Parts: sequence; structure tokens; C-alpha cells
Amino acid sequence: MALLEVRDLKVDFVRRGERSFTAVDEISFDVEPGQTVGLVGESGCGKSVTSLAIMRLLARRGNKVSGSVRFEGTDLLKLSDREMRDRRGRDLGMVFQDPLSSLNPVIPIGLQITEVLERHRGMSRKAASVEATDLLDKVGIPDPSRRLSEYPHQLSGGMRQRALIAIALACRPRLLIADEPTTALDVTIQAQILALLRELVQDTGTALIMITHDLGVVAGLCDEVNVLYGGKIVERAQRHQLFGEPRHPYTHGLLASIPRLDAGRGEKLVPIRGSVSDNIPWEGGCAFAPRCPNALPVCREVSPQLVPDQGGLLRCHNPVRPAVAAGGGAR
Amino acid sequence: MLRFLVRRLLQAIPTLFILSILVFAWLRSLPGGPAAALLGDKATPEKIANLNHVLGLDQPIFVQYFGFLGRALTGDFGNSLVSTQPVMGEIVTFLPATIELGMTAMIIAIVIGIPAGYLSARYRGGPVDNVVIVLSLIGVAVPVFFLGYMMQDILAAPLGLPSQGRQAAGLDATAITNFAILDGIMTSEWDAVWDAIKHLILPACALATIPLAVITRITRASVLDVLNEDFIRTANSKGLTQQVVRTRHVLRNGLLPVVTTIGLQTGALLGGAVLTERVFNFRGLGFLLAEGIERRDYPRLQALLLFGAVVYVLVNMLVDISYGIIDPRVRVR
Amino acid sequence: MNTLLNKKKEPIDKLAAASGRSLGGEAIRRMLRSPVAITGGIITGLFLIVAIFAPLLEPKDPDVHYLGDQIRPNFIPGAQSGFPLGVDDFGRDFLSRLIAGAQQTLIVGVLATIVGVLIGVIIGGLAGAFGGWVDTVLMRLVDVMLSFPSLLLAISIAALFAQPSQWTVILAVSMIGVPIFARLLRGSMLSQRDADHVLAARSLGVKRGAIVFRHMLPNSLGPVIVQATLTLATSILEAAALSFLGLGDPDPSRAEWGLMLGKASHQFLDVRPELAYYPAIAIIIVALGFTLVGESLREALDPKNRR
Repeated sequence: MALLEVRDLKVDFVRRGERSFTAVDEISFDVEPGQTVGLVGESGCGKSVTSLAIMRLLARRGNKVSGSVRFEGTDLLKLSDREMRDRRGRDLGMVFQDPLSSLNPVIPIGLQITEVLERHRGMSRKAASVEATDLLDKVGIPDPSRRLSEYPHQLSGGMRQRALIAIALACRPRLLIADEPTTALDVTIQAQILALLRELVQDTGTALIMITHDLGVVAGLCDEVNVLYGGKIVERAQRHQLFGEPRHPYTHGLLASIPRLDAGRGEKLVPIRGSVSDNIPWEGGCAFAPRCPNALPVCREVSPQLVPDQGGLLRCHNPVRPAVAAGGGAR
Repeated sequence: MLRFLVRRLLQAIPTLFILSILVFAWLRSLPGGPAAALLGDKATPEKIANLNHVLGLDQPIFVQYFGFLGRALTGDFGNSLVSTQPVMGEIVTFLPATIELGMTAMIIAIVIGIPAGYLSARYRGGPVDNVVIVLSLIGVAVPVFFLGYMMQDILAAPLGLPSQGRQAAGLDATAITNFAILDGIMTSEWDAVWDAIKHLILPACALATIPLAVITRITRASVLDVLNEDFIRTANSKGLTQQVVRTRHVLRNGLLPVVTTIGLQTGALLGGAVLTERVFNFRGLGFLLAEGIERRDYPRLQALLLFGAVVYVLVNMLVDISYGIIDPRVRVR
Repeated sequence: MNTLLNKKKEPIDKLAAASGRSLGGEAIRRMLRSPVAITGGIITGLFLIVAIFAPLLEPKDPDVHYLGDQIRPNFIPGAQSGFPLGVDDFGRDFLSRLIAGAQQTLIVGVLATIVGVLIGVIIGGLAGAFGGWVDTVLMRLVDVMLSFPSLLLAISIAALFAQPSQWTVILAVSMIGVPIFARLLRGSMLSQRDADHVLAARSLGVKRGAIVFRHMLPNSLGPVIVQATLTLATSILEAAALSFLGLGDPDPSRAEWGLMLGKASHQFLDVRPELAYYPAIAIIIVALGFTLVGESLREALDPKNRR
């Protein structure tokens, strides 16, 4: 049995007096224990909403979540609020994008760690303090015992993200969700944080859902990758498969638009045309069709289904053929 | 922390300095000049000339100002025209009543306002929220003195509450500090304590309306802001109980702006007290000021204006310091 | 100045940050959907109609002493047949005086607000346009004005005049708005000084005066209108408070709600409380109306509410 089984997850944004908007739809994927799964896509593709829906952190007002999220067999969406609170932080941890705004500005770092330990591991304040020092040390924060009494604004951006990771991992959850954990950081710090995540995940056997728009992050970290577009999974593949032979024109476009050092001189960067605002609704075809170089008439009429393809999954009427895959393909 | 304290104290000095200049200039810009104003009805040309000389008003303006400043710093604001007593003595005598009234009003405003604002934010858009919003909007639209009269008219008799003064006629309570409740406790005159409380209720409720409305609205807005913060999502992602999220994370951050508001409203109480104390014949500083206006008692007005502004600046400074204690970010800046 | 007073200024500065955004289109559409804005709009609309057309709406002449020689020093005003709301202590028709009072109240409120806006805008505009020591000196002054509780500030101005009149009340009340508008305009100017459209105009060689008057001031209009609406409500209340304290217009023929309320509260509350209730309710409703309009305008202009 997989650690996490997401089936047909759908989130509608419902606002009074406005038409509801489907943010994500038909999201199904599994996460095995210890596995690292990537959710990749442009901003607005629904990857963050997916993660918040799994954690049940979407506001109840204005969001309608359906489908199922089975964690070790239990459907998280069916749990009571209290039962879910028992699991969050203990079984599932989460790291967020902006480490400054994600930490409480008026509470010392130490308390923000110890409160999880007290809550889920029943530790005394004192024992939790010792454990917190240990945790800060483990995530690579120097002089951890002094840092406990400091406030978030006194730490650097990288240190804050390390502290957030320490909080998320404090109770050794079996699943960690990292939502763009490096986006708000400097490039050099990004690499450090990624290395830290990889190391921790390997050491503790924690499964990881990595949410990112950055294919570089995926390449370095993920076993399996889900590419999201317009709120749906458009392609799923093992890492090497995805980078070697991208099948969906969108994935192909993402890879082709990355500058590469080993590209030939004459080769041009090929950006994806248009923007997310050009999307057409999935009901009337493929949301990506208006921007797709491979689009056929059928793409604007029939909504493509997610079907098995080369060991992965693909949602496309006219996929990129391996032989044609030039730019990003030849590895 | 100590440096922060000292810096705040030093920052208040230029403000107080400019204040003193303004209040000095205020008396000098009175119709017919300050001497005429100080003498009031008794002014004759000879008396004015005489007083001008006595007060040093024939001296250069800088000498006059520093004379004023020097006297003000020693608490000498001259004599009241109404009572012919030193104004400073009047202030000292009447101040406890206003502190008692103001504190009661602020306690009412805080005890009701913060929970009301918090509940309003928590059940945003619901019936509780709508009622709270409407009441808080009406609260600032009702003239305070009218509210006072209405309470006297409608509430006093049915509730058996006195509507005038600080003490029932015939009750001979011992005055030590002039804080009626405190005096009663110190002398174990429990009937006096009860009497003092009864005399406080209506005026304090009237005086509390505006701070109450403002505190409620600020609490609501601030809690709504905090609820949208990323760190609340983090707190929830940790699986903390709702109670811990609410008290440690939502309230603690949400109350920061409220502390400021409480400070500003406390400082502004003297304005409301002028009206309330006049309506209820509650003999405090506001009553003194209202009487001073009616009788054009300029020495008294000058002292009270300066006093009011200084208190305002000092209260703000105190709140500012306490803000530094609860919000670590302020200290560093 | 300490950060606490900065906190008092924060809402003003936030409002200032909203300058340069149009009042039109989206904001108006959002207001039309809000019941708060509609209620406020109806109240202020009715008030304005009554105030402007007061002479046409008054059933009787508000200044005529109808009861002639029945009026003796201890005359108790109140219900009289033929007078819907009774008569006042001079035997004048109370309903007509209430309607006439709408006009007077509007005049006091609007003039006080306009004077406050003008002085505040001049101070804030100078500070914002010139910066440097002009800015420092003017803003220190404004800070000190803010450090008086607002009613005390109005009292201190009103008490300066030996003979109170409608004009002293207007001047005194206007002083409450001065520091607010000064800060508002300065904040708006500063935020625009480096804005693209101003830089563009400057790079084209447009003179400073022209930039300030043609580009910066018009863009600050939105927040000033919002604040003015809110200030109008407080102006009416503060004017009533001054009247109550004996700093109002002593002219007995003047029909102004604050005066009527002050007088009725002082003299007739025991015998004829309705004489206080009518003007009080009028004041409350109108102050509420302007507050509702101002608050919903502010909310509509708040960039946070845009999506």
C-alpha cells in the first residue's frame, strides 16, 4: 500500500455572486514511503492548491474539496477537524515558500519548534528545548542553543528556511510537503537548502512531495514527476524518462526554454508562447491548445484523457515523438 | 532594551518643547492680550498695565517664554479666575476623579471591545459580525453628551443609579487620596466604596462608547489581517490545537495594533471627559475645563490644555515602550 | 516623534498610498454591491436634498415666534396643535427648525471640512513638494497638532475668541482635520514623487509647478475625498460638542442641530426630552451616513480588496 494515495482530487473556488472556478481537477497520484514526488508547473497551475488540499489547510469558506486523500489507508478528507490536527505536524509536515512571513514574528524560534514537540510528542518544555537545539543543529544552524531565543527577523533568509524545515521535521513525519521551499531564497542558499532536504529525506526515510516551478530542483531531487497544467496532471514520468523524452508539448516546451551550457551555438531558446491567461476551459478541449505548437483541430474540441504512455501517464492528443524531441530531448 | 527606553524618552522632549511654545503663544494671542484675559471681568487699563509689569509682559518675548517655561516646570500656572486658587492645586485635587472615571471607562471598553472585535472577525460575515459592525459605527456617531443625558433620563431611575456627582449627599466619606474607591477601601468605609462605584457606572459607560467602538473595530480589522498571514497557516500545518493557534498566534499578533489604539484612546479621554463630566456633574478635570470655558478662566484653560497634551504625549510614550516589550521587531529598529 | 503616533498616522498613510488609483470603474461597481455603501448613500443623499431645498420644505417659517405673548420667561416648550413636532422655547415651529437646521449643519460641516482640507493640503503639499527642511518644520508642527486630543484642539481654538460665532466654530472644528489632511497629502505626494508618470513629465522638462498641479494633486484627490467624507461626520459631531460647551454660535435665531441639542439637553431634558431627541437622532443618522459612505469608499479604494 502506498503511503499517500490521492484520487480524483478536485478543488472549486466558490465565491458568492460569482461563477465557481475549478482550481484543480482529476488529480491522482501515489507517494510510496521514502519516495520523492515532484509537482511541477507554472504559477497558477494548481500545485500549491493541491498541497494545501492534501494538508486540509484551505479555508473552509470559499473552497469545495472533493475526491479522496488516503494517508496509510485513512481518507484525510473525511477526518474531523480535531483528528486532522492530530495528524498534521506528526504524520505530515509542511515547508512553505516564504520563510519570513511563514514564521510568527513575535515568538522566539525556540517556542515555534518546541510547541510542536509538546503537542505531538508530549514532551515537557525542558525536554522539548533540548530536542529543539538538536533539531536546529541537524538542519545546519550554527550555535543552535543561542538561536532558540532569537526572533525570525534576527535570522537570515536561509536560516529561517532551515528553521521552518526543523519545525516540519520535528516529529519525524512520514510525509513532508515542500511548497516552493527555495523560491524566496538566493541562488547559493537554494542549493544548500535542497542539499539539506535531500540529506534529511534520505536519512530519515521521509517521503517528500516537492512542489516547484523549477525543473532544476526536480532534476536534482525527484524520483517521479507530475507536470501540472491548468489544474490537471498533463504528464507523469520517472525523472530520467521526463528529462530524456518529454512527451507532452508543454513539458517539452518547459525543457526547451531553459538555457543550457551544452547547447550548440546555432540553437535558439524556444519559449512557450502566450501565458496561462490564454487557457481554454478543459471542457472544450485541451487547456494548453492555444499555446501549443503541436495543436490539432481535435485539441480544441475533445478534452484529452490521462492515458498510460511509455511507463508513465500522458494527457495529449498529439504528443511529441521521441525522434522529433530536439532541444531538451537529446541527453 | 535600556537604550530603546532612553531613546523613546529623548524623542518626547522636542514634542513637549514645541507644545510649550504653542500653549505659550496661545495665551498671548488672546483677545486684548493675556493680561486682559487673565483679569477677566475685573480688567481696567491700570490693572492691565500693572499686571503686564508684574507678569513681565513688558519684557522681551524670549524672556517671557523662558519665564513661562520655568514656572510651568515648577507647576506654577497662576491662579484660577473662578476659584482664585492656584490652578495646579485644582488639577491635583480634581485629577483623581478623572483617572478613576477614565480607567473605569477604558476597562469597560477593553473588556467588551476586544472580545467583540475578535468574535466579529472570527465569524466574519455572520450575524454577530454584522451586529458588531453596525453598533460600532453607531457608537462613534452618537454625541457623547447626548448619550450621557439619555442614560440619566432612561437608565438612572430604573437601575437605581445616581446620575449626578461623585458622592451621595449626606455621605461623609473620608478623603485621603481623592480616589473615592481607594479611600473607601483604605478607611474600610464600604458604603462609600459602593456609593463611589454606583456614581461611576453611568458616566464611565458614556465615556467608554467611543473607545469601545474604536477598539472593537481595530481588533476586528487586525485579527482579520492576522488570520490571512502565512504564519497562521504554518501554525495550523503543525497541528497545534485551535486554542493554541488562537491565543498564541492569532491574538498575540492581532492585539499589537490594539495596544496602540488603547494608548491613543486613553490619551484622548480628556476630550470625552469634558463632555461626560459636565453632563454628570462629575467633578474631575473635564468638569474643571468645561467650567473654565464657560467662565473664560484662561489660566485654568492654559494649564489644562498643556496638561492634556502632555498626558497624551506621555501616555503614548508609555504605550510605545510596552509595544517594544511585546513586539521584538520594534526594539531593533 | 515616537512610533506610536506613527501608528495613528498609519491609516492616513495607507490611504495616501492608494493615491493615483481612479475612483471610478471598479471601485464604484464594488460600492454598488455593498449594502453598507448603499445605506450610507441613501442617508447622505436624503440629507443633502433636505439641506439644499430646506426653504422649500419647511412647513412654516422657522424664525417666526408663533405663540406671541404666550411666551414668558418660564415657558415650557413642547406639543402644540398645528405644529407636528411642537414648538421650541421661543414658540417657533420645531419641524421647520429641524429642516432649516439641516442646511445650517451642512454649512458648518462642509465649510469646516473645506477649511481643514485647504489648510491641510497647503501644508502637506508644500512639505511633499519641497521636502528638506520645509518638510521637517511643517511636519513637526503637524505632529504636535496630532498630539492634542481632537476636542481639546478645537476647544483651544474656539476659546481664543471672546465672542463665539458660527465662524469661530467652523475654524475650530476645521483644525481637527488640518493635521490629518496635511499628512495625507504629503504621503501621497512622496509616493508619487518617484512614480513613473511624474518622472516622465519631469524628463520632458515640465516645470515643477505644473507637475504638482497637473499631475500630483489630481492623483491625490481620491484619498482626500475619502478622508473628507469621514471628517465631515466628525465635524458635525465636534461642532455639536462645542455648542454644548458654550463655545457655539450664541445667536438664538440660528437653527443648527448642535445648538438645538445642546440647549434642549441643558434646559428641557426633564420636561420635554423629545426636543433633544429630534436633533440628536438627526445628528446621529447624518454622521452615520457620512461615515458609512467614507468607510465604504475607503474599502473600495483599498488595494488589498482588489483582485
